[in-house]
Amino acid sequence: MTNERDPVRIRRVLGNKVQFIQGDMAVAYGGLLAGCSFFGGYPITPASEVAEGMARLLPRVKGTFIQMEDEIAGIASTIGAAWGGAKSMTATSGPGFSLMMENYGYAIMTETPCVIANVQRTGPSTGQPTLGAQGDMMQVRWGSHGDMEAIALCPSTVQECLDMTIECFNLAEKYRHPVCLMTDGEIGHLREKVVIPDEDEMELFERVLATIDKDKFIPFSESQTRDSKVPDFPTFGSGYHTYVTGLTHNDKGFPATDKQPDHERLILRLISKITDDREKLTSVEEIELDDAEVAFVSFGASARPCESAVWEARKKGMKVGMLRLKTVWPFPRDVVTQLSKKVKKIIVVEMNLGQIYHVVKEFAVKDCEVILAPKVGGDMHLPHELMEYLEVSN
Amino acid sequence: MSNMKDMTGEQIRKKYLRDGMLPTIFCNGCGHGLSIDYVLWAIEELELDIDKVSFASGIGCSSRIPGYMNADGLHTTHGRALAFATGLKAALPENDVIVFTGDGDCTGIGGNHFIHAARRNIDMTVILLNNYIYGMTGGQLAPTAPKNSISTTSPYGNIEHAFNISELAVALGAAYVARWPVSYPYQPIKSIKEGIQKKGFSLIELMSPCPTAFGRRNKLGKIDALWDWYDNNAILVEDYDRIMNFGSEEEKAGIQGKYKIGVFQNLEKPGFIAEYAKLVNRVTAADDAKFGGDL
Ligand SMILES: Cc1ncc(C[n+]2csc(CCOP(=O)(O)OP(=O)(O)O)c2C)c(N)n1
Ligand code: SF4
Repeated sequence: MTNERDPVRIRRVLGNKVQFIQGDMAVAYGGLLAGCSFFGGYPITPASEVAEGMARLLPRVKGTFIQMEDEIAGIASTIGAAWGGAKSMTATSGPGFSLMMENYGYAIMTETPCVIANVQRTGPSTGQPTLGAQGDMMQVRWGSHGDMEAIALCPSTVQECLDMTIECFNLAEKYRHPVCLMTDGEIGHLREKVVIPDEDEMELFERVLATIDKDKFIPFSESQTRDSKVPDFPTFGSGYHTYVTGLTHNDKGFPATDKQPDHERLILRLISKITDDREKLTSVEEIELDDAEVAFVSFGASARPCESAVWEARKKGMKVGMLRLKTVWPFPRDVVTQLSKKVKKIIVVEMNLGQIYHVVKEFAVKDCEVILAPKVGGDMHLPHELMEYLEVSN
Repeated sequence: MSNMKDMTGEQIRKKYLRDGMLPTIFCNGCGHGLSIDYVLWAIEELELDIDKVSFASGIGCSSRIPGYMNADGLHTTHGRALAFATGLKAALPENDVIVFTGDGDCTGIGGNHFIHAARRNIDMTVILLNNYIYGMTGGQLAPTAPKNSISTTSPYGNIEHAFNISELAVALGAAYVARWPVSYPYQPIKSIKEGIQKKGFSLIELMSPCPTAFGRRNKLGKIDALWDWYDNNAILVEDYDRIMNFGSEEEKAGIQGKYKIGVFQNLEKPGFIAEYAKLVNRVTAADDAKFGGDL
């Protein structure tokens, strides 16, 4: 058992460079490539294949897979493993994501790097277990109690499941934050071609470990060695004697539960370490936006029919484009504001009854009309349904 | 091994406790504080490298203890300490993981994690401070509360049946299980040492008086009287078994309702970490055979 990333074993286990696999499996592949050495999770449709993949892959790279007793334990063990020096992840779907919310907040409060893949299904409650949805996009942002920031990426293809899982690990390590891959049942169960990046085609960000003198080290403050609001990481066992608590703490990590300034300072740093980098974290794809008068805004699975609708519309000579959000949180405000200045109308396409729509509306200029193209129940939008929104527009 | 007589309690606390966190949050007469000393003595006598000891805990008065240790400590969420500790141990198998938890934390909200950590035989030592009440939140009903006891949420007396945590752990196959009143100075240290050295899951349940939330409300008297109540209501498991097998009816009646104390289980069975390492060796050896051993 080791947390050392072993490229030779990883490559052996993953096999051929080009494969035809499911989105969920691509998440497991991405984790392995990123150097994940711990997975703790609980089976749930449509995310079980991530755990199953990890159960097969991880022991072969000397990592640990444990099927925990529930999702609360899944994320708890994932956080514990991170403090033990592992890159760690868990995966789940709606009901399990709901169970994880308290410890998700704990990971944010304790600045624990880890990755959570949420293969979304419809809800509330047990909903439609096998069918995809995008109904947890606000939960990932606001689902734990208190003030916080989120980092969430949304893959639209199986290849992106793999690539973005690696990216989630990089961001988790860089910002010391639980980063969520918000995929869904459609992409999770979809089979597509993936190309496994070679070692020199990947960039991995490794956790910045604490190195300074033990008696000078301050565990929960700006870094003492770099220009960063993210503190260096004192892995357990390395002699730093770090106390990690979900209570409001001072920069030494000691509970500071009765003073307003302590709390405010801590929370503002936890939030601004991410929002300061909003631009760097923004990742979008722009399709046919140069001369567009109407723009779809979408993400994840629903961006696929959206793109088809764009090409359909273009064939008919309509000036339609699309903005695909790969990073949904922190929200790419500026890109949306700029877009709203350029187009007359934005149509937000999502598999829920309106979540990201409200955020787009918040950041679009007043002159730009923002409407919602919702769909729930497990069916994806069809391109011709989206065309109808355009025809109404014209 | 260092000799206990070489050091005073004062010295041992100076060596292992964290500056800046004391005094503890514990009330006058609380039993929890003693367990700190016991664990420190065990660490000292086993000559453990404190850098290689990781503490974990949930939420509650008892769960505050890792904060006082000058060592790595993961103060987690209510009930979840054992699940966090499972991941920590897997990622850091060479470290000893010691968990502090309360009866509410471990067997109320955290019962599911407790039974599974014990069942998996995860290599960790759990120090469970059982005060039969929710202390931190002001004295609500715990799943360990004696029948008819009064708490803020059982104001007319508890009608439920209590968990017997150590017996539960025995049934789950935990490698090591012991229960002692926290007022006994030597047996807990010995059990904690045995627990730390044990491969697999060990539970040391310490009966810990809570004068503030339990004693007062249940009219168990002042602090001294409460501590006496714990001692007087305990019976060594060997004595219990002897009386139940060979004692008079009167003797048998006299020990009903008492808390059995002692070492209940001490098994040699491979812990999770050893089992997992075996699995890893098996599958990686198969890969090496298939792909060639040269990495
Ligand atoms: C999810 C959650 N529910 C409830 C609480 C409130 N709470 C904090 S400590 C506690 C009880 C602790 O009792 P126990 O574990 O027996 O420890 P003691 O304080 O008695 O040592 C409760 C209910 C919480 N912190 N988190
Ligand atoms: S409330 Fe009870 S358990 Fe908590 S510190 Fe006081 S005496 Fe101890």
